[in-house]
Amino acid sequence: MSATFKRVMKNGAVRFGAIVLSVLLLIAVLAPVLGTVDPAWLDAVNMNQKPGEVVDWTGPDNQTAPRKLLMGTDSFGRDVYSRVMYGARVSLTVGVCVAVVSLALGTLLGLLAGYLRRVDGVLMRVMDGMMAIPGILLAIALVAAWGASLTTVIIAIAVPEIPRVTRLVRSLVLTIREEPYIEAAVSVGTPTWKILLKHVLPNSIAPMVVQGTYVCASAILIEAILSFLGLGLPSDIPTWGNIMAEARVVFSSAPHNMWFPGIFLAFTVLAVNVLGDGLRDTLDPKFNKRGEKR
Amino acid sequence: MSAVLSVRDLTISLPSGADRPFAAERISFDVNAGEILCLLGESGSGKSIISFSVMGLLPHNVRVSAGEILLDGENLLALSPEALRAKRGDDVAMIFQEPMTALNPVMTCGDQLDELLAEHTKLDAAARKTKTIAMFNAVTLPEPERIYASYPHQLSGGQRQRIMIAMALILEPKLIIADEPTTALDVTTQAEVLSLIKTLQRERGTAVLFITHDMGVVAEIADRVVVLQHGKQVEAGSKIQVLTQPREDYTKMLIASVPSITPPEARQQFSGAAALSVNSLCKTYTSGGWFQAKRETRAANVVSFDVRPGETVGIVGESGSGKSTVARCITRLIDPTKGEMHLGETRLDLGDRGQLKQARKRIQIIFQDPYRSLDPRQRVGDAIIEGPLNFGVSRDVAVKRAEDLMRLVRLSPDVLSRYPNEFSGGQRQRISIARALALEPDVLICDEAVSALDVSVQAQVLELLEEIQQRLKLAIVFITHDLRVAAQICDRILVMSKGNVVEQGATRDVFVAPQHEYTRALLASAPGREFQFAQVNAVPGTA
Repeated sequence: MSATFKRVMKNGAVRFGAIVLSVLLLIAVLAPVLGTVDPAWLDAVNMNQKPGEVVDWTGPDNQTAPRKLLMGTDSFGRDVYSRVMYGARVSLTVGVCVAVVSLALGTLLGLLAGYLRRVDGVLMRVMDGMMAIPGILLAIALVAAWGASLTTVIIAIAVPEIPRVTRLVRSLVLTIREEPYIEAAVSVGTPTWKILLKHVLPNSIAPMVVQGTYVCASAILIEAILSFLGLGLPSDIPTWGNIMAEARVVFSSAPHNMWFPGIFLAFTVLAVNVLGDGLRDTLDPKFNKRGEKR
Repeated sequence: MSAVLSVRDLTISLPSGADRPFAAERISFDVNAGEILCLLGESGSGKSIISFSVMGLLPHNVRVSAGEILLDGENLLALSPEALRAKRGDDVAMIFQEPMTALNPVMTCGDQLDELLAEHTKLDAAARKTKTIAMFNAVTLPEPERIYASYPHQLSGGQRQRIMIAMALILEPKLIIADEPTTALDVTTQAEVLSLIKTLQRERGTAVLFITHDMGVVAEIADRVVVLQHGKQVEAGSKIQVLTQPREDYTKMLIASVPSITPPEARQQFSGAAALSVNSLCKTYTSGGWFQAKRETRAANVVSFDVRPGETVGIVGESGSGKSTVARCITRLIDPTKGEMHLGETRLDLGDRGQLKQARKRIQIIFQDPYRSLDPRQRVGDAIIEGPLNFGVSRDVAVKRAEDLMRLVRLSPDVLSRYPNEFSGGQRQRISIARALALEPDVLICDEAVSALDVSVQAQVLELLEEIQQRLKLAIVFITHDLRVAAQICDRILVMSKGNVVEQGATRDVFVAPQHEYTRALLASAPGREFQFAQVNAVPGTA
């Protein structure tokens, strides 16, 4: 496993993605000690301040002191820097959780559909039906039905991703089940569930990890879209999407409120996608340019 | 005679980190006009990389580090890429192993030749078509007009390879490089294609550099032979000299490894109860039904035979003959449509799951492709003990047995904790044998078990199988397309064609006095059947 890890880390794209994401992860974890204030706190005196301005800032403890506003303030007088730093928490949590949830469920369904002929037809028609509904629309409907909280947002974004993962895993299983080593396992009397767990699953891990990164990137974007539309988390929990939503009204006078979360969002999604491309190049033998021996 | 191609001290270096520094080292040979030179070698001998270097098609990280390649006295290595491209096609053409991948699937065969002519000649469209059709006639393609408008997938393997030959010849090159051109073909088709290449080459006086691993093919087609091993030139000379009076140990070992097509005189007689008895086995595939007319394909039609303990029954036939279908029915990887199968006293064809699981223990299979028959993510030790663990053997006992089996297949028990990618093809096949034997079966099915192996490795694996059979009194069903292997290892033979058993009997009877027309055609097609190879004993320590 460590040999695989070393080989993967040799890839420039993987290293770039991993470094950017590590920095973002540090920001999310260390948000309280990075010179931030309570992101929900508003100082009504300092509304729509420009980035870099030094102002007299009244904090949550009612003490007034000079403070440098790295990214300015929004139209309520909240510190954009603090909100963007804390916003990383929501984006990363949603991205990772959605990837894990949809991969877990999609893999389970895909394995069943690919290996058991009887459930294949019914299950895949249900999946086809789900794919006929635009993912964002389904997510909006689900959030609207359940009310916005971190859990519901994660589930609402994960559900439309499940059919895509299922399809991928099913196609992998259909290829792998024809391999002679599966037939060899059948002929030594290995039960079906064991074949799925011990032979099929380990051999489909690499493409699934790659798919996981794409799911993660799209989940981060969809969460931002939901928040931007006002359907995501309430605005006392800062997310990059709802920071931009509030900035939309005052965009012409205070564009920085839009720029900073936008840049962070773009970089995060870019890093995840680049990481995914790098993993695909190194893990998926189909994309192995050197033509290594089988 | 003048040399068309002259390779002088050619050295091709591999990138650092490869298993050896040079893909080919100080290789020198000439190919004269009107002559076929065979580069003979096992996998990893560097024979293909030499042909790629002549075509200027080396991978970007592999380069020629010394020597020269002269085509009509002109050094190809000194040419610019443009000049080399003009030479390809005009002066040098190539025939590849796999015609399906070498032909463009979205162009008709006629268009592919037409494109070549349009690129390299000044002929008008009508003249190009006439020339193409004439070429199709020359490579004995039936209905050239129809083939002209056909796509590659609509043709058979042999027809596709004829198209490739037509493409190679149409610009009348001085040199043709044929890289294993018949390896992917059935034996009867191979015989036709080989004789076609030979006839056309004689008529046109073309020089041919023919790359192969098959001694039979060399005996059939070569004028001169260069033997390669690990990128080094072992021996060179005329065909007669190399194949009948080899000087080098490696060549002797190669020749000794080629199984003779004449079966040995007296094989043992087997009596007693059959270990496996197959009675009127049928497998029919149905396609269509709802929207299309129903179509039935009979993959196996009324196949019956018995195998006794210690006996080897061979099933020979070409691709599509149904021999693998029979193997997969017997092992119940697929369900037979009709017929009875008995494993000793147990019915094998009934649906009872518990009974089937117990039967699986007693019948094991070894597959053709050693690279795909082991799970790449499973340690070989785990693969071997998987079966015994399924049947409730304790882990300690299973591991102990796996260690014994590794010794039996002449591998070290220390390698049980490694993954399959650390082993060569021959070693993997031994591991597959160990896995099959771990359940102590009564019957072993070998589905083309040695076909993917080099001839020297093949000889070792066959010897191993025979030794194990003697020791464990195994009944073996040996499925192969290779008549030489069948002649040496089988006690009785079934010849299959298009799902039917056309002939069965004792090996010697079938080979010496074949009754059925198809058997005769099959035997007549075996390459090098009339050639008397040198009678040498394998030199120990050269494998």
